[in-house]
Amino acid sequence: MGKNAILSLKDIYFNYGNEVILNGINLDIYDKEFITLLGPSGCGKTTTLRIIAGFETPKSGEVYFENKLINDLPPYKRSINTVFQKYALFPHLNVFDNVAFGLKLKKMPKKEIEKKVKHMLSIVDLKGYEKRSVSALSGGQQQRVAIARALVCDPDVVLLDEPLGALDLKLRKDMQLELKQLQQKTQKTFIYVTHDQEEALTMSDRVVVMNNGSIAQIGTPEDIYNEPSDAFVADFIGEANIINGIMIDDCRVKILQKEIPCVDTGFKKNSPVDVVIRPEDIEVVDKDKAQFIGVVEDTVFKGVHFEMSVMCGKCLWLIHSTVAQKVGDTIGMYIEPDNIHIMNKLFATSNNELDLSVYYSDKDDNTTTVLIEGNEVTIKDKFFEEGTLLHVVLPPEALSIAGDGVGNLDEVYIESVIWKGEHNEIILESDERKWIMQSDTDEQVATYVPITFDFSKADISVISEGENEE
Amino acid sequence: MKNKRTSYPYLLWMLIFTIVPIAMVIYYAFTDESGKFSLSSFVNASDYSEIFLYSLLVALISTAICLVLAYPLSFRISRCSKSKQRMIIMFLMVPMWMNFLLRIYAWVLILQNYGPLDMILSFFGIDITLIGNTSAVVVGMVYEFLPFMILPLHTVMSKIDNSLIEAAQDLGSNSFYVFKKVIFPLSIPGIISGITMVFVPTASTFLVAQYLGGTQFMIGDVIERVFQSDHHTGSAIALVLMVVILGFLVFMNRFGDEEAVGV
Repeated sequence: MGKNAILSLKDIYFNYGNEVILNGINLDIYDKEFITLLGPSGCGKTTTLRIIAGFETPKSGEVYFENKLINDLPPYKRSINTVFQKYALFPHLNVFDNVAFGLKLKKMPKKEIEKKVKHMLSIVDLKGYEKRSVSALSGGQQQRVAIARALVCDPDVVLLDEPLGALDLKLRKDMQLELKQLQQKTQKTFIYVTHDQEEALTMSDRVVVMNNGSIAQIGTPEDIYNEPSDAFVADFIGEANIINGIMIDDCRVKILQKEIPCVDTGFKKNSPVDVVIRPEDIEVVDKDKAQFIGVVEDTVFKGVHFEMSVMCGKCLWLIHSTVAQKVGDTIGMYIEPDNIHIMNKLFATSNNELDLSVYYSDKDDNTTTVLIEGNEVTIKDKFFEEGTLLHVVLPPEALSIAGDGVGNLDEVYIESVIWKGEHNEIILESDERKWIMQSDTDEQVATYVPITFDFSKADISVISEGENEE
Repeated sequence: MKNKRTSYPYLLWMLIFTIVPIAMVIYYAFTDESGKFSLSSFVNASDYSEIFLYSLLVALISTAICLVLAYPLSFRISRCSKSKQRMIIMFLMVPMWMNFLLRIYAWVLILQNYGPLDMILSFFGIDITLIGNTSAVVVGMVYEFLPFMILPLHTVMSKIDNSLIEAAQDLGSNSFYVFKKVIFPLSIPGIISGITMVFVPTASTFLVAQYLGGTQFMIGDVIERVFQSDHHTGSAIALVLMVVILGFLVFMNRFGDEEAVGV
């Protein structure tokens, strides 16, 4: 694998109307590597691919191909070919003509086209299918035609947009290996887009984890799995116990009211952190050697291991072990220090802090109304004079998704949802700021919801009094 | 097997309104006044062969103009969002909600001497007769039948997935090749049904030429006139027209099949 970048994205920004799709993407893609863009739906991975292919032009930023700026180069002039999500085979052409499409445009002699197409079809195991109509092929075969059609043009870079999404599990696994082998055999740069983390880990030389229009982490599959950069990556890649902790000192972290040793250093003393522990890294030990004691709630046989849910205080741990424990048993648990991964919190503070001035207030009703991003929000059972400047601390549990569909703030974007052992920690984005919310239910990321504030859980202090006192 | 009985009303309809009338036309065409077999009606019908050819020519020109106008328009519409497509198609259909004769009469008012268009042109010193000639008939035909070209084209084109166009670009096609290699071959079924839906009625329609063509009658008008006095000759002309149109349809379909395989 050469270390020279064949393709570079610099500060790519892209939006549809008000919706920011890509926010400052910087990425170098090396020659002959298999790189995967991985992320939940709506994270911008397909848009990134379309920008590389030339179907979209970034609103700002530069795309370099072999050190040449190609922002405005139309797709047909790029030495890049795409395998489309739903294959996009030409229905009016047979298998041979589909594969030969690109070569015919290059005005290649007929004999040579025939030779190349036949060779490529044999590589993808479709020898003898030349005259078949593409609609008479199975999903897996259509997939191979699409791959052959892209590869036969001998491009420098092949883009694959979730090419295995429509196939069933078994075929998908076979094709994963085949694609990887094909990439090694042809020595091309493959840029692969998927939302399937297992697929990404299986096939890639490097994985780019994307979230909400930005790159969360770039690294080898091992790096990404073992050293996730934040709770989002840890949650998205594989299974993980992610809980809130406090970094007492270098190599000392407090989780579930218990101080345990770890290997991470360099965090601020007593700062809140996210602690990630993979389920296979929690050892079941005798109670006298244990760091934590918990009760087994559930045991499921998963083939290779048992998956157990263990209630430890109020927190539910997920444990993988080859030895099953009985439901209801109390067990001891121990975690090796180097299996404890400490990372900065996704949200800088643990509460939502706002400075608000009182818009109007009603002494008789004992209510105060403030403006939050242009919406009137009424605080019940609290009275402050109009014009008073307030400092409001809303803890995560004071926010909730409006069940009746009408909230204090509408159309708030769900950026991430992470299970923290006791509840979900949800990060939201409204027009002007981000919010942290706590919820017992699962929510779909990359959707818009209305949220309501419960000011009875808020801590409100006065910064300065209003001027027009009565 | 589905219940056959549900198709009975339709079969009855076919029998009464399609099979029987065609049989009657054939019967009249091959008999004379006395009811005996005769080809004399066809001999009489040959008097109108010039008008017949003229009608086919007008139909051909009108169909060609409809195709040229409708093709780019349909493609442009098919690349809009679904809701926009529905709205544009509805606006294109609005004139069809009005009576056929009213629409033709509107063209008479527009094109007539000292009518608005004539006045505007003479203001610029262009002095030509706009009505009572083949051009006026073609204008009327195109106006009447353009929607019948747009609809089938749009239906077919809206089914061409954008990813096919992108795939063609991706494989090295510029806009011209995208059109030649992907859009055109995939839109052939639409072109064929569009041509059929415009050519057949324009060849056989009547009244348009009577209103806009002055003395230039078309075969539809002839059939109407002749039928009033002579059922036999009228039937003979109608039968010839039917056979020609049938031949045309067979040709179009065969051509379409070859195209779809050949490219």
